[in-house]
Formats: sequence, structure tokens, C-alpha cells
Amino acid sequence: MSARRTLLLGLGGLILAIGLTFLLDPYRNYQLALVAAYLCATAGLTVLVGLSGQLSLGHAALMAAGGYGFALTSQALTSAGVGGLPRFLAATVAAAVVAGVLGLLLGLAGARLHGPYLAGLTLTLVVAVPAVAASVGALQGDRGVQMQFEGVPGPLRALIALEQWQAWVALAVAAVAVTGLALVRDGRTGLRMRAVRDDEVAAALAGIAPARVKVLAFVVSSVTAGLGGAVLTFVTQSVSPGAYTVSLSLLLLVAVVVGGLGSLLGAALGAVLLVLLPWLVGTVTDMLPLPSQVTQRIDGTLPLLVFGLLLIVLVACAPGGLAGALTAARARRRARRRLTAPAPTTAPPSPTAPAPRESARTPTEG
Amino acid sequence: MDRFVFLLGTGLARGTLFALFALALVLIWRSTRIVNFAAGAMAIVGVYVGVAVTGLTGSYWLGLLATVLAGGLVGLVVERGLLRFASARSPLSGVILAIGLVIVLQSLLGIAFGQQHTPVRAPFDDRPVQVGGVPLLSPYDVFVVVVALGLMAALRLLFVRTTLGLQLRAAAFEPEVSRLLGVRVARMRTVGWVLAAAAASLAAMLAVPKELGLNPHAADMLFVYAFTVAVVGGLDSPGGALLGGLTVGVVMSLVTGYLGATLTPVAVLALLVVVLLVRPSGLFAAAEARRA
Amino acid sequence: MSAALSVRELVVGYGGAPVLRGVSFDVDEGTVVALVGGNGAGKTTLLRTVSGLLTPSAGSVHLDGEDLARVGVEDRVRRGLAQVPEGRGVITELTVEENLRLGGLWRRDPADLRAALAEMYALFEPLERRRTTLGHQLSGGERQMLAIARALVARPRVLLLDEPSLGLAPLVVAQIMRVLRELCDRTGLTVLLAEQNVAGALSVADHGLVLALGEVVASRPAAELAGDEALRHAYLGF
Repeated sequence: MSARRTLLLGLGGLILAIGLTFLLDPYRNYQLALVAAYLCATAGLTVLVGLSGQLSLGHAALMAAGGYGFALTSQALTSAGVGGLPRFLAATVAAAVVAGVLGLLLGLAGARLHGPYLAGLTLTLVVAVPAVAASVGALQGDRGVQMQFEGVPGPLRALIALEQWQAWVALAVAAVAVTGLALVRDGRTGLRMRAVRDDEVAAALAGIAPARVKVLAFVVSSVTAGLGGAVLTFVTQSVSPGAYTVSLSLLLLVAVVVGGLGSLLGAALGAVLLVLLPWLVGTVTDMLPLPSQVTQRIDGTLPLLVFGLLLIVLVACAPGGLAGALTAARARRRARRRLTAPAPTTAPPSPTAPAPRESARTPTEG
Repeated sequence: MDRFVFLLGTGLARGTLFALFALALVLIWRSTRIVNFAAGAMAIVGVYVGVAVTGLTGSYWLGLLATVLAGGLVGLVVERGLLRFASARSPLSGVILAIGLVIVLQSLLGIAFGQQHTPVRAPFDDRPVQVGGVPLLSPYDVFVVVVALGLMAALRLLFVRTTLGLQLRAAAFEPEVSRLLGVRVARMRTVGWVLAAAAASLAAMLAVPKELGLNPHAADMLFVYAFTVAVVGGLDSPGGALLGGLTVGVVMSLVTGYLGATLTPVAVLALLVVVLLVRPSGLFAAAEARRA
Repeated sequence: MSAALSVRELVVGYGGAPVLRGVSFDVDEGTVVALVGGNGAGKTTLLRTVSGLLTPSAGSVHLDGEDLARVGVEDRVRRGLAQVPEGRGVITELTVEENLRLGGLWRRDPADLRAALAEMYALFEPLERRRTTLGHQLSGGERQMLAIARALVARPRVLLLDEPSLGLAPLVVAQIMRVLRELCDRTGLTVLLAEQNVAGALSVADHGLVLALGEVVASRPAAELAGDEALRHAYLGF
């Protein structure tokens, strides 16, 4: 995809999504804003895992870094008399920088580590988030940092509700993040990331510095995760360790695996799932005549169970995730069409999706 | 000084538990090249069974035995049922499957038993014994150390002295060559997972009375600490797990005692980062013989 | 003389074009058969298929008349088929003695195992001095001896050897070959020896098979093969 097409696609998607907000009620718009926030993080994570082959279980911590960066900068600017768009932009940039620096540090460590070590390191990082929040005074421990209430800006106030405005802002940031990631993915950097993922030694022989590419991937991914944290802070108007738990970190990973590693469309599907599945499960259990004690237990855990099962089933049955399954289905359809058309001269098309490293089948091990 | 001695003692006692749990991670890493991120969740299933058995029979010892058996059974089911989906081509698929398992097990436990912390009583007095006016280990600490060290010694004997142990090691190092020699590698892998899961369950059962209580996430921190231990000691090195466990236990105990409990996770993170950056193969791993 | 190992119409592939395209041959009991051919001829694939590591898409392997199709790798050893894999396959984290004990894994009688180990130490003297040495500290020649000794501890009737001379000094190779030849003559051991070192292999072998592009292009007594210059030029490159 050319860069221009990607930009147009990003812009078109944003306009479409903003149009969508007019069809939704405030609560749905709030959910849409959450989806946009998680999308920033899942899109970054899917590029990191799918393209550069590095596994992070700590993206919630990177989101938290962005959230705190956003909230603290915003507060400081408010007391300095800055407001409106400049304040929002400066705070968002600060969020990206804070998360990016943390990501740089992680990436530097990660470039020297194999997958499971990096996963463990990032897991420990997210476990330490409450401890860091408690031990650094400005972060105010479990209570977190509250933002000053910020309504819809003047001229729009008569037209749209707060939730719709928040959804607009969230969608705009997400569009920037995802478009940026798409550009990285399609550009030389993305090519280098895939080269390093598939074979570090070969990549190095081709003149690519694997360590630098891996660190870069981590920084890019962290910046978008930080943007996600900023958006989440903007939408919920507060940031606290309770919002960035190990569970969220694991769910982000579930979302990108379910969506399909490396696929930005999959990341979007995953983000939608993160927001909608708990709500969907909640709605279903509310309809069932269950005793309140049971509902209480199920509430919050049943969606997790569904996520976990979904993850296992997908890894076992469709390693390409939802996006991969879609591509495979499309390829199958195309193959069928070609078979019914006048006989092709080449060998019959393989029905396997263009998923990498799946096609080369070794003889069955006895 | 008294305080230092006390902290050192409790640190060593906790360290043996970390070491036992880390040993479970090392065993699985050696045999399948997977860091079992589900080890904590799997172990806690065994603990729930053990606590239930103790509750039914009134006997702590039957509960302890049930924990080990249930933990081993979970290991068997996971290895046989789930692990065959882990792709050899992608080292990440094992981690991802384990994450899925964590989520499934913890939410199932949450649905079955709720999220609240259920206190679990120690079978022995948990107050430290005073020696010459200095508080030292509690009887329960001593029990924990004896059981954990005893189990580790038994595992070592099994691995070094028996034919089964020889096959377990061979299968872990060179699966294909081992098959050519007649070692049933798939079976050895299952045995390794069962042993590891049983050991981890035991470690979790011993740790629970010293923590907040039993809930589906009760072993999460134990896992994180044990992972740190395994990295400090070297994921390939069972001996390193013991030394690493004692090191991490003492460091944590000193940080908790002098700087406050909230800082412990930060200290563990710092330790992990330093070790990973300075000596990724672990502080106590023997000179890397493998793949040299 | 009957065939100890019999391979019929074996076809093996890795998805694309088959590596072995209908290979058939017999190895008579008590003989050494050299399987020669250039790089990529399919020698390793053939041995891995015979030992069961690879599953053929067609054809059969019989050991003493028994079809091995349904016999797993681990059970082929128990039936008397041992393989010294490519690259020797010494488990470098284990000691010499532990490696040897693995070879006699399914011997239930400890006295029997001890006798087998003693026999190997007598056969390959350098190993005895290094009983407690870890595999990664051994020299190339010692590793090859260990790998062969380990396979012999199982007292196989058929031994498969994949490139035992690779990377070894000619003197060491000669010593190893001499031991093998002796064993065959004394105990009736059957050997299938895959080698790129054609001259060396044919000098110890009774019979030679030339494998090229996945097919047997010649099967003749070793001495005759060694003397056929046209064949050597065409397939063996010397």
C-alpha cells in the first residue's frame, strides 16, 4: 500500500467513525471512545509481536505511563494558565514521550533477550505499577491522579454531548496512531522488523542491525500504547493503578492474538471485543434467572473465561486469528472461483492463507 | 543487628519456597523450552483442592498430599491436552497458550469460589522463636525450609541417580537423539510436567499461610518472584534455582524490612533488569556448555 | 544369507519434490553396505526414514522380515535397529558413562549392562579414561567413538551410521572402521554406512550402493564399484 493511500484510508476511516458517533447514544459513544483508546494499545502491540516477534505482557504499564504523563502534564499546564487545544496536544505529546522513553529502556533490555525473558520482564513491570504509584509522591498511590472536568468546547456545546466529543477526540488520536503504525509497517522499517523476526542472523548479514530494529519496534509500540493511556485518561478523567492491571495487560495480548498477530484490522477487532464482550456477557447473564450471589461471582469473571477460551481455541485451531481466518476464507473463495473458471495452466492454488511459515510442511514425525 | 538477623532468617525461609517454585519453572524450561507462565494458576488449583481436603478431613497432611497429587494431575492434563497445540515453529505460541490457561483457570476458580481471600492456617506456630532475645524463625518457617529443601534434594537424586532421571535429562537436552536410543521422549516430557506442577503446587500450598490468604490470584506474585529467581539463577540450572531463590528471598526480606513492603515489587523489577542486562544467562549458571 | 534389512520402493518428501524416489535395496546379515553419493543425494533422509524419524509417503522398511511401518522410533531400537545420527548425536551435557548407559536403556539386567559397558571400553580404549568427562569436552574422534559405542551397547543386529568420518582425521577414521569390520566378522553385526568419503567407505564395505538424486543408480560389490571409473566420474566426482 502506498503511503498516500494509507493516509487517505486513515482519514476516511476517521471521518466514517465520526459520522458513526451521530448514530450512537452517549453510552455507546463512551464505549466507542474506550475502543479507540484500547485500539492505540492493541495496534502497537500487534505490530510489536507480529512484526518484530517480541512478546510484551507489560503494555498496560506502558499505557499507565502515558496516562500519568498526560494527567500530570495537563495539571501542570492548567496551573500555568494554558488550556484548550494547546494543553491537550502538549499533554498527549508528553504521554507519548513518557511511554516512549520507558519503551526505549524496555526495548534496550529486550533486544538482548529471548522471547520468554522479555515476557517475564514486562510482566514484572506491570506487576510493579501499583508499587511505583505508591512510592512516587506525585502519582498519589492507589487513589491516582484526578483530572479537572473538561466539557465540550464552546461552539460545539449546543450540538453534541460530552461522550460524543470524547469519542471524537479518542478516534482522532487512534487514527493518528494506527495510520502511523500502518506507515511503519509498510515502509522499510516494517520490512526490517519482519526480516529480524524471521531470521536475525540473516537480517544482520543483509546489513540490518537487529538490536536497533527491535528497540525501534518497542519504542513505536510503546508510544502508541502511551497514546492509548492518554486517551483513556482523557475519557475517564482520571488515572490510577487500578485501571492498568496485569489482567488488562494479558487481555491486550488476547485481543491481538484473537484479532490476528500483525494485523491492524485484527487489532481493531480485538479492541472492540475487549469493550463489547464484557458488556455482552453481562447482558446475557442479566437476562438469565440466576440468584444474585451467582451473578455477582460471574460478573467480571465470565467474560475473562470467554476471553481465555477464545484465545486457546484460536491458537489451537486458527493461528492466524480472526483476520487470518478472514483472509483464508477469501483465498478459498478465490480458489473456488478459479477452479470453476477455464482450467488454469499452473498447479491448483493452495488454499492456505498467506500466513508465513505455515506452508512448508515437513514429513510427519513418526 | 537483631532485626537484620531476623530478616535474613525469614528471607532464607521464603527463599527456599521461591527456589522450589523456580525449580518447577526450570524443569519445564529444560524439557520443553517453554517458560510456564501458567505455573502460578496451575499451582493454585492444587492448593484449592488441598485446602478443601483439609477442610473435609480435618487433616493438614492429607490436604498437603492432595495438593501435590492434584497439582501433578493438572500438570498431566495441561501437558497432554493443551501443550500439543504449542507450535514448535513459534516460540511465542507456548507463552500465549499459557496466558490463555491462566485466564481460564483463574476465572473458573473465581466463578467457583469467589474472589475473596480465604485465610489458610499454618499447621504449626507461625510466631518466631526467640533465641537469646533475638527473634528467629518460626516453627512453621522451619517446617517450610525442611520440606522445600527435602523435596529439592529428592528431585536431585531422582535426576542424577536413577535411570528415569537419566532419561528425563537426555530427553530434555536432545529429544531426537534420545528417541533413537529408545527413550520415550513424549512420556518423559509428561513426567517432567507432572513433577514440576506437583512441586509448584506444594510450594504454593506452603506459601499461602504466609500471604493474605487463598484466592485465585494468590500465586501470581509467587510466580513473578520465582521467574525472577529462575532468571537470576539461570533458567537452565536447577542448582541456580536454589541459590537464586535464597538471594531473591533475602533481598526481598531486607527491602521489606528496611524500606517497606510496597517497594518489594520495584526491588524485584530492579534486580531482574540488572541481572538481565549484566548476565542474561543467570548469575549462577555454569559456564554455558550448551550450544557453545 | 538372508536380508537383515530390506527397503522397498521408498518415497520420502518434504512437501515439494520427493527426496527419495522409489529406493529399494537389501542389506544381508553380517555384511557392511556402503551407501555413497554426493551432498543432497538423500543419504541422511534414507537413514532417518529407516530409523523411523521420518515417515515415508510410500514404500516399506522390513527388519528381519518384519514390516516396521507401525513400529515407532523408540521401539525400533528394541527390535535391534540402532542409528548413529548425523553429527554424532553425543549428548554433550551428559558424561561418557551416562551416554553409554542410555544406549543400554532397555536392558533390565544391570549385570548385562555392566558387561556391555566393559566391552565397549575394551573396544574403544580412549573412552575408558574419560568415563566421567562431559560430552562437550571430548574431541571429535572421541565423540564419534562414543556415539558408535553407545549404539553398540544396545547390541543391535543392524547398525545405521551417518557420515561417521566427517571432520575426523584419517587415522581415527581408519581405527573406527577397523573396529566395525571386526565386529561384523565376529558377531554377525549388519552395518549400513552412509558416507561421502567414498574410497574409505568402499574399502571396508562388502557391497556398495550409489545414491543420486534420490534413486539407487548402482548396486554392486564394493570392490567392483571402487574400480568403475566411469561411475565414479558420473556420480561421485573423483
